[in-house]
Parts: sequence; C-alpha cells; structure tokens
Amino acid sequence: MSQYIVKRLLLTIPTLFGAAILVFFLMRLIPGDICELRLAGTGGYFDETALKICQHEIGIDQPIITQLGQYLSGLATFNFGNSMWTGRPIVQEISLRFELSLMIAILATVTATIFAIPLGTIAAIKQDTWIDYVVRSFSIAGIAIPSFWFGILIIFGILFSTQWWTGIPWMPPIQYRSSWMSWDNISNNLALLIWPAVATGYRYSAVATRMTRSAMLEVLREDYIRTARAKGLVEQLIIRRHSLKNAMLPVVTVIGLEFAFLMGGLVVTEQVFNLNGLGKLFVESVTNYDYTMTQALVMVVVAVFVFTNFVIDVFYAWLDPRIRYK
Amino acid sequence: MAAISEVAVEANFEDLSDKKPLGRVVLQLMRRKPLGTAGAMIVIIMILMAIFANFLTPYDPVANSFAAMTVAPGWEHWLGTDQFGRDLLARIIYGARTALFVGFTSSIIGATTGLVLGVGSAYFGGRIDLIFQRVMDIFMAFPLIIMALAVVSIFGTGAQNVIIAITIPFIPRCARVVRSSALAIREVPYIDAARANGFSHARIILRHMVPNVMAPYLIMITSFVGQAILLEASLSYLGLGVQEPTPAWGLMLQGGAEEYALSAPWMAIFPGVAISLAVFGFNLFGDAVRDVLDPRLRSR
Repeated sequence: MSQYIVKRLLLTIPTLFGAAILVFFLMRLIPGDICELRLAGTGGYFDETALKICQHEIGIDQPIITQLGQYLSGLATFNFGNSMWTGRPIVQEISLRFELSLMIAILATVTATIFAIPLGTIAAIKQDTWIDYVVRSFSIAGIAIPSFWFGILIIFGILFSTQWWTGIPWMPPIQYRSSWMSWDNISNNLALLIWPAVATGYRYSAVATRMTRSAMLEVLREDYIRTARAKGLVEQLIIRRHSLKNAMLPVVTVIGLEFAFLMGGLVVTEQVFNLNGLGKLFVESVTNYDYTMTQALVMVVVAVFVFTNFVIDVFYAWLDPRIRYK
Repeated sequence: MAAISEVAVEANFEDLSDKKPLGRVVLQLMRRKPLGTAGAMIVIIMILMAIFANFLTPYDPVANSFAAMTVAPGWEHWLGTDQFGRDLLARIIYGARTALFVGFTSSIIGATTGLVLGVGSAYFGGRIDLIFQRVMDIFMAFPLIIMALAVVSIFGTGAQNVIIAITIPFIPRCARVVRSSALAIREVPYIDAARANGFSHARIILRHMVPNVMAPYLIMITSFVGQAILLEASLSYLGLGVQEPTPAWGLMLQGGAEEYALSAPWMAIFPGVAISLAVFGFNLFGDAVRDVLDPRLRSR
C-alpha cells in the first residue's frame, strides 16, 4: 500500500511542473506588461526610461530563462514572492480570499451530498416509479441550468420575497468576516455563503444524484444482494450495509472531482453574488498582468485538483486491493 | 495482395450492416427512447430557429429602439424588450445561431483532435503514450477560466476565440476515453494483420483503428455540445466571450440583468430559460445516443 502511495505521489510532480511551465509562458504570451498598464494609468505620455526603471524593479526585464528559474526555485521552496500589482506577499493576499472560496466550496459539497445520496438511492430502489421520474428530472434540470443564472434567480427570489414581505428589498451581506467566534459573525457569514453554495451546489448535487442512482442500480442486480435477500435479511439492512457501501465508490469519485473543479469554477458565481473570493482575484490578476499572482493562483487550483485526484486514487486502492497490485 | 484483403474486409462489413429502411429505424428508436426523442425535438427546433431566424421575427436583434425600452412582455413584444429597446424574442432566436455555432464547432474540433491523439497514443504506446498522458493530465487540471482568460487576452474577444478556449479542455477528455477503447483494439489480430501487411502507421490508425472507436467518439461529441453551450454562456456572461451587440444568451444576462431586477425581471429570465432548454435538449439527446451506441449501458 505504502509503495502504491509513493508511486502515485511521484506521478503528481510532472503534472504540477507542467502546469507551472504552461501558465508561465501563457502569461508572457499576452501582449503588454504590468508596467505599461501602470504607466498608462497615470495618464497621457510616459517616457521609455520610466518604463525601463519599472520593468527593472519588478524584474521582468531579465531574460526569460532567468525569470523561469527564479519562479521554479520559488515554487520548490513554497516561496511565492510578492504580488506585482499590490506589492504585498502573495500568501497573504490569497489566504484572505481562499477562506471565502473554500467555505463556499465546502458548503456546496455538503448541501450536494445531503441531497444526492438519499435521492439517488430512493430513485434506484423505486426505479421507474413516479419518485424515480421526479428525481431524474430534478437531476437532469440541474445539469442543464447554468449556475450563474440559478444564482440570478436566487437573488431575484430574495429581492421579490423581501419586497413583498417587508416593503424593502433586502440583499444578503457581501462582506465576509474571517472570525467565526461571535454569533453575529456566524449569522453574517452563513447569510453570505449559503446562497452561492446553493447556486453551485444544485448542479453538483445533480451530477452526484445521477451517479448514486446508476451505481445503486448496478449493485442491486449483483448476486450477493440476491443472496442477502434469500437469507431473509431485512430490506433496510440490504440497502444500507450491502448496497450503499458498494455503490459509494463511483459516487465518492464524482464528489471529489466536482469539488476539485469547483475551486476553479467559482469565478462565475462570485461574479453573480459580487463576492471577493479567489475567482475575482483570478480575473483581476490576469487583466493586471500580475504574473506572480496568476502563477501562484493557478498553482493553488491545480494543486487542489491534483491532490483531490490523489486522495481519490488512494481511497480507491484502499477499498479495492485489485487496483494496488495492477 | 493488400488490395484483396481490403476488399474482403469491406465486403464483410456490408453483409453485417442491416438493411432496414431508415424511416422504420427512426420510428423504432423514437418509441424506445421517448426522452431522447424529446431532446432531439428541442435540438431540431433550435436548429430551425437558427436557420430561419430572419423569417421568424420582424425585429432586428441588434438595432436599438429608444422608444421601446424595457417594455414588459405583451402583444407587441412577446418576451418584452431590454434596456436598449431590443426585442428579447428576436435576440433569443438569433442567439441560437451563436450558441449552435460555438457548440458544434468546438465540440467537433475538440473531439476530433482528441480522437486522433487518443488513438495515436494508444497505437504507439510505450514512452510516447506515457508522455502524452502526462500532458493530457496538465490540460485536465488547468482551470478552464484561466485558459479562456489567457486566450481572450492574447487573441482578443469574439466567437472564434471563445471556440479556441472551449475546445482546448475538450481535447484531453475525449482523448482519454478514446485511448482506453483504442488500447483494447490494438491487441486485436486484425491490427497485427495490417501491420504484417506493411501498412503505414497513418493508414493503420486512420483506416483500421479510428472506425472502431467511433462509438465513444460520437458519444463524446453529443455530450460536448451541451457543455459547450453552457461554457459559452458563462464566458459571455463574464465578458470574456462573444461581444455586444452580437445576440448571445449569456451576454443578454450580463447586460444589466441585475440592475433591472425589480423593474424588468423578464430580461434576466428568458435568456436563462433558453440556455437551460438548449442544454437540456442536447443532454437528453446525448444520453439516448450513448444508450444506443454503448451496449454495456443500454439496460440502465
């Protein structure tokens, strides 16, 4: 087992390395640079020497190989450096926003899982009844509805219902409080996070529901389920202990994969709810030619993705010994 | 010698394919797959909408009309107008063109590139396959939005660049699925026979392997179209996709939909319905195609 884990862990290195190289060159392919943007922002004419000084200060006048070397050695020692745009340490800038995005992602995952597993299981047990059809339409709709539009509809719902109820349209807060210590902060943060979580969670739960349903259907046809029935086991025990456990493997995979995609996909939802999370920082850093920030952000998202995949694979190998010995 | 064996193979395929009239096959499929038929209907309506857009609406989807700003849905404008006085129905009908164009082009280009790369990787195997898989991993892990942002920053906005941005993440997904099917085919004796005949790599890949992985390829294309429409809408909504005044559904949601939430909610509702219905249709159709083409999933 430990040999498998080490082997699998080593396989993540080329992916991380490749993504680092890719974002490095992708950013430098974009015409223009941060200094031109900055000096253009001061208005009107700017001279070549000011541009040269600025480029020298930031270090983008050095040969590309030197820059790449500095960047990669920084990555290897987890030293991301300072943001080119704000000048503040990247770790500090990201950690402020990472928490908000992570909270939305976690809440969305929790909401999705709470709905998906029972719904998918019921739909599989009651296959081809009206319950199955309702669950299936719920999940097919969830995959078709764009999450940003669902977010807009949620905002509409809140606006209209509060307008009708109290006469004044009310909007959820947009300021995230990083401390969860007082009741006031907790209610503020929940009121802030729950709507984006639901907006992204619907699609997520639709995917997981479909997977639970089809995995359960497959397991319910297995011989050992027939055996369990034949020996007179209570139906509830068959479902819970014998079927659900075996059907969970693909479901866990889908939940994990969607979680990994969620971190990168929050850009749109944050835009809808006007939240200052990782997604917004992403868009800002690319449009500001903030190379160091974009590189760090891409590495965070790719690392979350690669790590989630790694955990899924290890989990699989732990559950199913055949994978380990392949 | 080579020519004779080729002819023989083709003749065999002729015998195997059933000769039922097309109309009856379609009717049979419709009865067996009611949901897929509904999806196909939506897709066909959308295609017709895109083709005959000029005849379906008297309004210009681009021209502003300051006499008719944010008009509520009614006889004059069935779905109302936006803040520039443009008829929403007209913009939705013309928007089908943008959605279908981006959807079909990016999924066909993405899946076809993935097909060739996936089969090639499986055929050559060994070190090439290993390196290829790592490269695909990188593209799978790379956030789509960043790719799109970079593509748009490098080449500028517009439909072609949206297609580039959407195509890139499709390639590794299709390549992966196709590769796993192609790996099984590589071991089949007729590939050995083709190799023994001294056929070139390109010929074996294109004439002997590619036709045998058509099922996963077609499944991937149909499932990509819906996703591509959704991605195009998201990118346009973020301002990274198609630009004004081109009628596009995602763009219609961006243009002040939230500012007019209380005064003109129809502006934000109908384009979203259009996106959802289109994706819904393609997904249902894609599911049916998958069920028909992939016998292992047929019973589910």
